[in-house]
Amino acid sequence: MEYEAIIGLESHVQLKTKSKIFCSCSTKFGAEPNSQVCPVCLGLPGVLPVMNRTALEYAIKAALALNCKIAQKSIFARKNYFYPDLPKSYQISQYEQPLSSGGFVDVITGGKVERIRITRVHLEEDAGKLLHEEVKDSTLVDLNRCGVPLIEIVTEPDIRSAKGAHRFLTILKSILQYIEVSECNMEEGSLRCDANISVRLSDRQLINPSKEETGKLANWQTGKQLGVKVEVKNMNSFKAVEKALEYEMERQIKALEEGKRIIQETRLWDESKEITVAMRSKEEAHDYRYFPEPDLVPIEIDREWIERIRESLPELPEARKARFIKDYKIPDYDASILTSSRELADYYEECVKARRKSQVASRRFNKGIANWIMSELLRELKEKNMGIKECKVAPEHLAEMIALIDKGGISGKMAKEIFVEMFKTGRKASQIVEEKGLVQISDEEVLAKIVDKILKENPKVIEDYEKGKEKALGYLVGQVMKKTNGTANPRLVNKLLKKKIVFS
Amino acid sequence: MRKGKEMKLNELTAYEISKLIRKGEVSSEEVTKSVFERIEKVEKKVGSFVTLMKEGALKQARIVDEKIKKKEKISPLAGIPIAIKDNMCIDGVLTTCSSKMLENFKSPYDATVIKRLKENDLVFIGKTNMDEFAMGSSTENSAFKITHNPWNLETIPGGSSGGSAAAVASDEAILALGSDTGGSIRQPASLCGVVGLKPTYGRVSRYGLVAFASSLDQIGSITKDVTDSALLMNVISGYDERDSTSCDYPVPDYTKSLVNNVKGMKIGIPKEYFIKGMDEEVEKSVKDAIKLLEKLGAQIKEVSLPHTKYAVAVYYLIATAEASSNLARYEGVKYGHRASAGLRQRRISLGLKPVSQSRQSEEKGVGISAPLRSASRQDRQVDRQTGRLLEMYEETRKEGFGDEVKRRIMLGTYALSAGYYDAYYLKAQKVRTLVKEDIDKALEKCDCLITPTSPTPSFKIGEKINDPLKMYLSDIFTISTNLAGIPGISIPCGFTKKGLPIGLQILAKPFAEETILKVAYTYEQNTEWHKRKPPLVFTRD
Repeated sequence: MEYEAIIGLESHVQLKTKSKIFCSCSTKFGAEPNSQVCPVCLGLPGVLPVMNRTALEYAIKAALALNCKIAQKSIFARKNYFYPDLPKSYQISQYEQPLSSGGFVDVITGGKVERIRITRVHLEEDAGKLLHEEVKDSTLVDLNRCGVPLIEIVTEPDIRSAKGAHRFLTILKSILQYIEVSECNMEEGSLRCDANISVRLSDRQLINPSKEETGKLANWQTGKQLGVKVEVKNMNSFKAVEKALEYEMERQIKALEEGKRIIQETRLWDESKEITVAMRSKEEAHDYRYFPEPDLVPIEIDREWIERIRESLPELPEARKARFIKDYKIPDYDASILTSSRELADYYEECVKARRKSQVASRRFNKGIANWIMSELLRELKEKNMGIKECKVAPEHLAEMIALIDKGGISGKMAKEIFVEMFKTGRKASQIVEEKGLVQISDEEVLAKIVDKILKENPKVIEDYEKGKEKALGYLVGQVMKKTNGTANPRLVNKLLKKKIVFS
Repeated sequence: MRKGKEMKLNELTAYEISKLIRKGEVSSEEVTKSVFERIEKVEKKVGSFVTLMKEGALKQARIVDEKIKKKEKISPLAGIPIAIKDNMCIDGVLTTCSSKMLENFKSPYDATVIKRLKENDLVFIGKTNMDEFAMGSSTENSAFKITHNPWNLETIPGGSSGGSAAAVASDEAILALGSDTGGSIRQPASLCGVVGLKPTYGRVSRYGLVAFASSLDQIGSITKDVTDSALLMNVISGYDERDSTSCDYPVPDYTKSLVNNVKGMKIGIPKEYFIKGMDEEVEKSVKDAIKLLEKLGAQIKEVSLPHTKYAVAVYYLIATAEASSNLARYEGVKYGHRASAGLRQRRISLGLKPVSQSRQSEEKGVGISAPLRSASRQDRQVDRQTGRLLEMYEETRKEGFGDEVKRRIMLGTYALSAGYYDAYYLKAQKVRTLVKEDIDKALEKCDCLITPTSPTPSFKIGEKINDPLKMYLSDIFTISTNLAGIPGISIPCGFTKKGLPIGLQILAKPFAEETILKVAYTYEQNTEWHKRKPPLVFTRD
């Protein structure tokens, strides 16, 4: 039988404000434990919270980018529970009347649109951190993170696979980075994700089931109703989310096929064993005794302010990707990668703008730029652990290099070497070519001699080519390039080879 | 000045002392010393204070005297000794809320009211006794001591600001601050024969007031007369960016309301507040007071507040619900009392410095030493450790809180629990709105309302302590004020045959403290009750 997963995600995203949500302590990551605290975030007797306006602005920005409606009036609520990382023994969050609701994210893959509805985006404060390993037999509390502003983003159960969850998170992250409200760094905990998952027979199974069959099926099997859901926590990367959901889906299917019941519970992903383990059942779930936070007044947001924020939103990744495909005629895959971050997309567009019309045909040029960014540039950045912002290769210089290749001034192989130099020094390609005397061999006489030699050494390949194996020619070109250390003009080599084979 | 120099300095009002200080006739140090002499003499009998700050007070007083000598500009209340209820934070001073839980808690910061008092050069005498976490009406719920009513030491001073009221009544303090969640300023003021003003919710910053019920708590003044109330209100009122619920509403000069004139003012008398079975002497005194105001030109009309009968029930749901959450932070991890149970075998102190006070004192080892693990490790050892943490929480709260606090935490937790929230908390909020609407409606037709402050005069120590319901009814006339967020004052309006004070309550619209002060001042100017001094003796029946 074929099953599908019903998945909803709950993501906690740290807003990158300078100060905390209810006090003026710094939110900087990695400070000495308990050095960024004050009476307010420590929850000392008598203190009161005061809303950070920038946190509210960022939350609204995120909600708008996720197509949510902003509530005219929303309220904070206290979520009550005891834990040593929670100094007030309640978290200030939102429950009824959240900041925003009713949004969606469109995940577009290969022209297919998958709409994931967003239930709500609300504001809340983070808790502290417990350190279990520093001192033996003891737990330390670091309250620096207490009161760091978070938004919680809850989706409807619209995701149908573990991969789909990964795709959604990737888009969510890029949206939030585009609008510059969060670093979305899972390692630093600025993006955390929990998932709810249940399984049921996929729709395809339900085409014309016999009455008898339908009668035997349980609700979850008819696809009309959702199965029992399980909450999965403790996933520290997008990949972990995907793996955990894959595991969980298989576990649930297996249980159902063995005729067992799924228990509504919370399970934890064990990264090292790659399994989920039961943490607590529904019966053991906390009663958080939510009630409206009396220390904060309701958030009432001016419509004009919302509109101003809306207008300040940049072009979002999906829209930009669509525009790249349309305007620059690059493939879907290239557009996805190039628009994955705002800086990278900006860089690409600057390169494209630097093309001189007389030089290269736009389509070839745009694709060339895309190829170079996606392969050489991104690889170099990754190796050096750098961001695109720190890249020394100016967009005009990369454009110039592409034009140089196109013109036949340098070969692709030479360009690779030149590029490494450009990346290191930030100099222009033409400058490097001149200084190093890296000029391409375009002298027909010189090349003809080498071509003759290669042809003589490879009679079998020529036979293949004559039988119609187009690939054989490529091999011969390669041999010539090898012999000339890549300095031969490949187009000229191609021409010479064809000519000589025909006449031989 | 009332009787000239034969009165001791500590017996004068702040206004009178202020004039003497300005004229250079007395120094703040002399006044402060006279207050501490009085404390030495009577504190054993009265028991108003849990912490005395004599050294600091004298130092502060000398600084003010210096300023006066240098002819620096000083505020009207500069150099006046004031007592502070022990639920307001003063930097470096114990703030215990009369609870074992906070027995050793020194606040590392100043409450906003304290900051304002400091800016105005008032002199802090000490912290006054109260019902634990302001929960009670007799100050008997203090974990540390009993405070006695100066008018009859056998009886209670009222509560929860009983220490502040007793201190002012017995001339141990010139002024005092109290806090009022359901009557905790007005009821003890009434029972101790002094003036207690609870301002509009949002008029005075709550920052640094240890929360009992956040939507009801309000800091206010306890003074010897109405003039002093106005003077103290001038200092403590106003918007505070640290308190989101404080109002950015202009603060008038409250002394301008000290006008002896109620002609043409409409005073409403809520019929529900004069019920069968109320104390006859209280009823008579209050009715006499109303007659006097009528004689002075006020128009008296009867009004109805039909939802009054629900006020106590509503209050004990909302206040306890909020309290259950506000008091959850006292669990032994960060500060205050911590039970040794649960950690017996493995007590480890750490080098982390989690609270700012430890930074100040360079003290190490304030971190949590509860050995627990995240629940992600599902082995038996973890269960044991988590179990120990829970045991520590439970034992800490069991040992640290008194019975009344526990009772209210349990009641509030219940009211907020899944399945009960709608029927209790939510319903209570709806009825709270009705109670408020009643009052708003009545105040559309009247300038103010007058009621008794407390249904009875002071009662014997121990008389009601084992009967919470009876005790809760002590606040029956004061609770609606907090539910509606309006201002209210209690002023002396008579004495029982046995010599116990009776209080009159005046209520007005939000931010109409001026109306209240005007009516109270007029009444005071035409009566002598506020000038009586308590005998400080035990009187038995």
